[in-house]
Amino acid sequence: MENILLKNNVAGIEAYFADGGYKPLKKALGLKPADIIEEVKKSNLRGRGGAGFPAGLKWSFIPKDAQGPRYLVCNADEGEPGTFKDRELLRKNPHALIEGMAIAAYAIGAGHGYIYIRGEFAAEAELLEKAVAAARAKGFIGKNILGSGFNFEIFTHRGAGAYICGEETALLESLEGYKGQPRLKPPFPAIKGLFGCPTVINNVETLAAVPAIIEKGGDWYAALGSGKSAGTKLFCVSGPVNKPGVYELPLGVTFLDLLEKSCGGMKTGKKLKAVLPGGSSTPVLTAEEALAVKLDYESLAAAGSMLGSGAVIVIDESQCMVKLLQVLARFYHHESCGQCTPCREGCGWIDKLLSRFEEGRAEKKDIDTLYSVAEGMLGRTICPLADAMAMPVMSFVKKFRAEFEAHAAGKTCAEAK
Amino acid sequence: MAFKLSEEFKTKAEKLCAKYPRRDAALIPLLHELQKEAGYVAEEGMDALALFLELPYSRVKAVATFYTMFNREPAGKYHLQVCRNISCHMAGAEGLLERLRAALGIAEGETTKDGLFTLSAVECLGACGSAPVMQVNDDYFENLTGEKLDVILEELKHGKYPSQK
Repeated sequence: MENILLKNNVAGIEAYFADGGYKPLKKALGLKPADIIEEVKKSNLRGRGGAGFPAGLKWSFIPKDAQGPRYLVCNADEGEPGTFKDRELLRKNPHALIEGMAIAAYAIGAGHGYIYIRGEFAAEAELLEKAVAAARAKGFIGKNILGSGFNFEIFTHRGAGAYICGEETALLESLEGYKGQPRLKPPFPAIKGLFGCPTVINNVETLAAVPAIIEKGGDWYAALGSGKSAGTKLFCVSGPVNKPGVYELPLGVTFLDLLEKSCGGMKTGKKLKAVLPGGSSTPVLTAEEALAVKLDYESLAAAGSMLGSGAVIVIDESQCMVKLLQVLARFYHHESCGQCTPCREGCGWIDKLLSRFEEGRAEKKDIDTLYSVAEGMLGRTICPLADAMAMPVMSFVKKFRAEFEAHAAGKTCAEAK
Repeated sequence: MAFKLSEEFKTKAEKLCAKYPRRDAALIPLLHELQKEAGYVAEEGMDALALFLELPYSRVKAVATFYTMFNREPAGKYHLQVCRNISCHMAGAEGLLERLRAALGIAEGETTKDGLFTLSAVECLGACGSAPVMQVNDDYFENLTGEKLDVILEELKHGKYPSQK
């Protein structure tokens, strides 16, 4: 199948245009905004940042009669450990994002768009600014786009190192110049978002899929992939495989095919032990579970995990699961914004408990404490960061309990795994 | 003497503020600019920025301390930031950190006496397919090994900026 998103040699505007780029924008500007939203709904395109919320439905939440400005925000704060797809997409195909944003903005009636890009991606931010300037010079962005009377301007905005800003309301806070602390919902951003105005926030990969949907139709896109999981997805594979990297594949591809056909299998001497299928926040799968699973929203949910951002973290037998969980706990503890007690205290408590295991100070009862602290965090906070800590903890403890018990019995990582 | 924002900074700042319907939304980009000039965000700089944006100092300080990329103390000429999250951990990040600690004689969060290097362990840099990864200032160095790291250090010590590969 031909790639929709990850294409080679289309990074420059001339090459992108020669490849048929910006024709979908022209087509879209001849349609009614409501018809574009219908087409995107029909495509079953779902949010690629992790939550998987239907994109067309999200756009339709913008009140039709809303007065004043509306905003479109692109979430390029790629921070979920294991995720590196948007970086690749921004480098290889920045104009698909810019064109997708222009179409989305027209559909929701937004005059301004912001691309919130993580601070560490300084090179990609610079590349984006150049791409936006090139699109502006050609009249695809700016005033009276292609003579349609529609005005739309894009600004890039760099973050400054905070995982939490990938959560959409924390991102809005950060974009307004505050600490990235998630907002209570409702009101949802579609009603009261950036600067108090109706706002749609979509991931880079979601927006970049829009031009192809407008060009070839929602039905065409919906037929790709598997069932309710339509279209292609960027899977980013890390860990001890022969060819780690970003692969664009139809949703519903099996993990086995991704591992063997795309990534060339496990590295010599490495045996598959476990997989975090959608980033560090998603429940872990054992090797057996992973080898039987299809990578789409429904199949992964049925297997007790999530598609998340498509970050497939492959873990081999040489790794100690307790140590890996400690690495994650240190991260979530560091990144908790601190406003909800279950998250602020829970992440810290889990981090401390895991250090106890790693330093040989743990007792068997600490395993249950670990699990119950995580259970107490689930669903009790403003944003899902607490869940993102709790889910790996609960699944690691459930599926690899023997390693925790070995640590509690005084064994080292090398002996426990 | 009171810290003053340069005219050049102010001109740039006005441009940044114009991107937003409210000037204070430019706070984070402006903190980046301050850091670019001095290598860190100084107390006096934050104070001057608060005056410039007509914000309470507490708001500026709260934001500057919330985000990890803002250095609160002068950093070395080269800020070595080694990712220690899961994919880099599995690819040997701890070994790289150990090597750097030994080679530079400093721990994470410290700067060498000659002011050349600051060492930090950081969280996921979003380049997990080419783990282990380190950032030197804003630039990424990927697929690192101990040997590659030694070469990069040597080049930096001799004032040569290594190519990113």
